[in-house]
Amino acid sequence: MATIKRTVEVELSTSGMDAHGRPVRTPLAVAADGSTVTVAAPPSMEPELEGEHMLINLGPQHPATHGVLRLVLELDGETVVRCIPHIGYLHCGFEKIGEYRQYNQIVPWTDREDYLNSIGNNVSFILGAERLFGIDCTPRATVLRVIAMELSRIASHLVWLGTTCIDIGAFTPFLWAFQERENIYSLLERWVGARLTTSATRVGGMAADIPSGWTEQLQTFVTLFPKTIDEVERMLTKNGIWVGRTIGLGAMTADEALNYGLSGPMLRASGVAYDVRKDFPYLDYETYDFDVPVGTNGDVYDRYLVRVEELRQSTRILEQALRRLPDGPVNIDDHRVILPPKSKATSEMESMIHHFKQVMEGPRPPIGECYVATESPKGEKGYYMVSDGTAKPVRWRIRPPSYVNLSAIPKMVEGHLLSDVIAINASIDIVMGEIDR
Amino acid sequence: MVSGSALPSDAPAPATSRNVGHRGGPVNPSADALREKFGSAVRRVDVVWGETSVVVDGTRLQGIVRWLHDDASQRYEYLSDLTAVEFRDTEQPIEVVWHLRSLAYRRFLRLKVLLAKGAPLEVASVWPIYKGADWFERECYDMFGIRFAGHPDLRRILMWEQYKEGFPLRKDFPLRGRFSRAEQLRQALAANPEARYSMEELSIADAFEDLPQEMRARLRSGEKTGE
Repeated sequence: MATIKRTVEVELSTSGMDAHGRPVRTPLAVAADGSTVTVAAPPSMEPELEGEHMLINLGPQHPATHGVLRLVLELDGETVVRCIPHIGYLHCGFEKIGEYRQYNQIVPWTDREDYLNSIGNNVSFILGAERLFGIDCTPRATVLRVIAMELSRIASHLVWLGTTCIDIGAFTPFLWAFQERENIYSLLERWVGARLTTSATRVGGMAADIPSGWTEQLQTFVTLFPKTIDEVERMLTKNGIWVGRTIGLGAMTADEALNYGLSGPMLRASGVAYDVRKDFPYLDYETYDFDVPVGTNGDVYDRYLVRVEELRQSTRILEQALRRLPDGPVNIDDHRVILPPKSKATSEMESMIHHFKQVMEGPRPPIGECYVATESPKGEKGYYMVSDGTAKPVRWRIRPPSYVNLSAIPKMVEGHLLSDVIAINASIDIVMGEIDR
Repeated sequence: MVSGSALPSDAPAPATSRNVGHRGGPVNPSADALREKFGSAVRRVDVVWGETSVVVDGTRLQGIVRWLHDDASQRYEYLSDLTAVEFRDTEQPIEVVWHLRSLAYRRFLRLKVLLAKGAPLEVASVWPIYKGADWFERECYDMFGIRFAGHPDLRRILMWEQYKEGFPLRKDFPLRGRFSRAEQLRQALAANPEARYSMEELSIADAFEDLPQEMRARLRSGEKTGE
């Protein structure tokens, strides 16, 4: 394992930490005159085990594996020699089921794959479906979808922050993060009626417009939230224990990260400034003013820094979106793809026919295929859809970012200590619902 | 390394695409470059919803991907996705699809190889070029039964290794699974758990013999505990 030299100014000096944040091995015994005495290593308790490798089964039911991930680790002492991940415990066949569902009926399934980012998945999926139908959503829906995606990015990063803190041993930031996440969920609840499984989008628009007074509530959140980020940063960024437990762990170089297909904060922490919002924009992201934070070493500490900075940038985007939110309809005016209002469906013949055909048959896109990628909190989330002209897709494929990010874990944990596997695994930000689908 | 670094200075800034046409539109310049370089290995070039798909000869796939990855004028360094599509029309061949991104030139390219039904479903692995293809190819094998020649460890990933029912995303695989619920239950009960667990883990079963005589008798006669 190559050692990484870097300097982080540590404010709280803890006894076992040098200026670089690496643990210092302090001798166990001190002579009476203050000079240190070297202590011989204690004799091995089980000498016959020396040099033998040990297999450890981490998970599938272990809180630190963030779901049902099973890692089989081959250990030499406490050092990981080899790691074999096993996944699939949550496999539900979402892609198979999608082939038997109309496009709007797939939206609830997107809630349940990456369940920390459900409204973001709704938007990503519907962008793909709308591309397949050849329609563009209204200006108001565009801005509302940006708000939805950024809110869910913040919520997802907050869960990441909280759970990673707990994995590494800090409990307080978890409470702060979940308090703010609660604010986001009450916002979502007021908007679409659900907190976790939002199903907020429809082909051609949204399930609901925001209620009155909602933007003020969001404005309050946007104003107050940066203070929480400051608090978390004050608690962690220069904390000796945090730095010591995250720096130099699981480092990936830029070339390795690209070659392994990493995306999102994992890739950017390694120094590659690839953000789908900037490079292949959607929803007018090119007109928003925000920065893409990039790390240098690609270790757990840099991933933390990148994610915290993304929280700030998302808040900036939310501010701009609030300022530009236009009035007007959220749904497009084409009742071949979107349901007419109930009042019209019961009074006008044409609307009634559209309503009937949509409920019974579902809207039909032309023959074609598209791959639409968005920047989810975990990375490049892609939906690849193929239509043969019927109301149900021939193939609905999810490109799960954390699946690809997790596939690099054998490379990342090699040569690290068993306790560091937990920190590295946490830094990937995996959601097993998305990985197993 | 900064994405978009190889773009010419007068290149337009990326923008959200609007009113994309169903067929036709600007073709990814890499498609022409591929035609020039590989000639007849490029079977067809389509532009659907603004995305360029290139259908290539399966036997030359690895060389094509290697060139797209390595050549300084292409630099497709990022494998976005790898999957397969089977159509409802049983005559249509299965398509294996690679989605490649050139971050330096901000290009997106879809490569396809058609695998005719009836012949063994096999295509070259791109794992030697992109390490990220590892799990994609395993999943594709798991779900469709397509073998990737040259993959170092091609085994099931989402389904368990003893899974016998076939390949779930194939169109001839019923939504409810190949076997009836009763058969699935019978197989689960007939499975030998000791094949996968150590005797130490199973020693809990021995504890039954340590129970008092009358309690064992009550449990044997069918009494449920904890009620």
